[in-house]
Amino acid sequence: MSSLAVGSRSSGTARRNAASVTLLRGMPLAPAVVLLAVFLVGPILYCVYSAFTDMALTGSAGSDFVGLDNFTRAFSSADFRQSVYYTVIFTVVSAIIGQNVLGMVLALLMRAGNRAVRAVVSAIVIGAWVLPEVVTGYLWVAFFGTDGSLNHMLTAIGLSPQNILFSTPILAVSIANIWRGTAFSMLVYSAALSEVPKEIEEAAIVDGAGTWRKLLSVTLPMVRRSIATNLMLITLQTLSVFGLIWTMTKGGPSNKSTTLPVFAYQQAFQFSQLGYGTALALVLLLIGAIFSLIYLRALRLGDDPS
Amino acid sequence: MTSTTAASTVRPQRAVTAGKAAHSGARPTLVRRGAVNLVLLLIASCYLVPLLWLVLAAFNSTAGPAVTWPDRWTFDNFRAVLTPEITFRPMLNGLILCGGATIVTMVCAVLAAYPLSRYRSRMKRPFLLTVLFMTGLPITAIMVPVYGLFVQVDLIDTFTGTILFMATTALPISIWLSKNFMDAVPIELEEAAWTDGASPMQALRRIVLPLMWPGIAVVALYTFIGLWGNFFVPFVLLLSNDNLPASVSIYTFFSQYAQVVYGQLAAYSMLYSLPAVLLYLILSRRLSGAFTFGGAVKG
Repeated sequence: MSSLAVGSRSSGTARRNAASVTLLRGMPLAPAVVLLAVFLVGPILYCVYSAFTDMALTGSAGSDFVGLDNFTRAFSSADFRQSVYYTVIFTVVSAIIGQNVLGMVLALLMRAGNRAVRAVVSAIVIGAWVLPEVVTGYLWVAFFGTDGSLNHMLTAIGLSPQNILFSTPILAVSIANIWRGTAFSMLVYSAALSEVPKEIEEAAIVDGAGTWRKLLSVTLPMVRRSIATNLMLITLQTLSVFGLIWTMTKGGPSNKSTTLPVFAYQQAFQFSQLGYGTALALVLLLIGAIFSLIYLRALRLGDDPS
Repeated sequence: MTSTTAASTVRPQRAVTAGKAAHSGARPTLVRRGAVNLVLLLIASCYLVPLLWLVLAAFNSTAGPAVTWPDRWTFDNFRAVLTPEITFRPMLNGLILCGGATIVTMVCAVLAAYPLSRYRSRMKRPFLLTVLFMTGLPITAIMVPVYGLFVQVDLIDTFTGTILFMATTALPISIWLSKNFMDAVPIELEEAAWTDGASPMQALRRIVLPLMWPGIAVVALYTFIGLWGNFFVPFVLLLSNDNLPASVSIYTFFSQYAQVVYGQLAAYSMLYSLPAVLLYLILSRRLSGAFTFGGAVKG
């Protein structure tokens, strides 16, 4: 409100003047907007265009418009359907359930924990988050390997050794992604929970609400905006995870951990089919957009004064 | 039936006593607190195992993939990987790439944050939501077309192109964070400057920036750490071995042999992670403010 006072001298001045003021004020946005337009929006549009061509990696000059061929090819391919399936599994298990729930549990427990315990736990969890994703990949390859820590622990307690990098690689990469990403949700939720007024929670206890009741009816609804925003961010991040999967399994064995980013990469760069690869990338973008719209819709619903 | 009514009458009482006088309700809270700490430590120990392996294996010349205490602590692994082609060159490349991209990002983000923080406009909320959406945009999805684009405009395998693209990928979250930090600087000081005839850009440089240096440092370090760990962008956009940053060279180096030398891998992973960890330690105290997403979209 105070910021507006500078621009609007009197309501009688021409509207055109106001428009040029807006434009002038928006000028500092220009470098950012240019970069975003050239390197982010541009490639997306290019992605939309080339998805409808048979562009190949070699001889970039000769590409023909092939309509929906790439898409019909994708949707009729079992490999593609399988990669969509694994993408959804990976996102739901590692982000929506794993990181989100574990992050919230950690944030809630931290509020009740000792100061020293809190410091140790957050240092370890955040340490896992700060490590580069390739390093995370290698750490978990070593952990899950035939001779790795997991099997040493399993045999120590009398269980038979497992090799989930081969049997269920999607579970292995999901666990690695939970390990890597939970700190982010924990930090977001810790920040959100610290803004919940103590009086309201205490009032709920005085009114006879138990711990669970207080959590479900008072605390969680008060941080729902943060939950929706966090869900959107971690879903989109997880949809685009590549380095972690690539270093751990390369999408294998027999494509059992090939998510869409890995599949698109293989098609575009290993099989030199740029057009088909971008069509797959476009599908990935669409999945991301659908998730975002759901969360944004939830955010807007949260806006209504209730 | 009787038990439930008894419970429901007892419970609020206990809660009230616990709230009012800590002494009488001390025991159940103590037990509960102990349980909470125990669960927290249990989760943390699950998190610790892979990290423990990293540190122990790095100092163990005969390290395997499992966590084992080294018989003899050595620096052999470090000595083996501390060569120009394995460590120094890729680290330097990473520094140039990520440092350059961080500078570009920060200049653009701070400039963009100013109008977003200071003026009101109908366009602001949709713009901020777009930026928020872009923060999570699957960069992986656009790497294929970006590669095609870079080949056509001859930016492939160049630092300039890669820096500009990396800067762009970091830009949305940097704008978002910078705006939040700038919001915390009171506007009254600038209004005084405006009435004295200062332009908005002068006000930004002379008044806002000096007041929000800590915030800018947080965003810059956060950006740098994110880029330092980025694998896919340089993996696709840079081709020649001499240009690869540490994030990619660690992969190309350790995937060329069938038999992985775990000790060296751990040592190199530690060296490569070190800058990110150190920078994080610097900013950890200040970062908490960056994660409040709750009311931020309202703008």
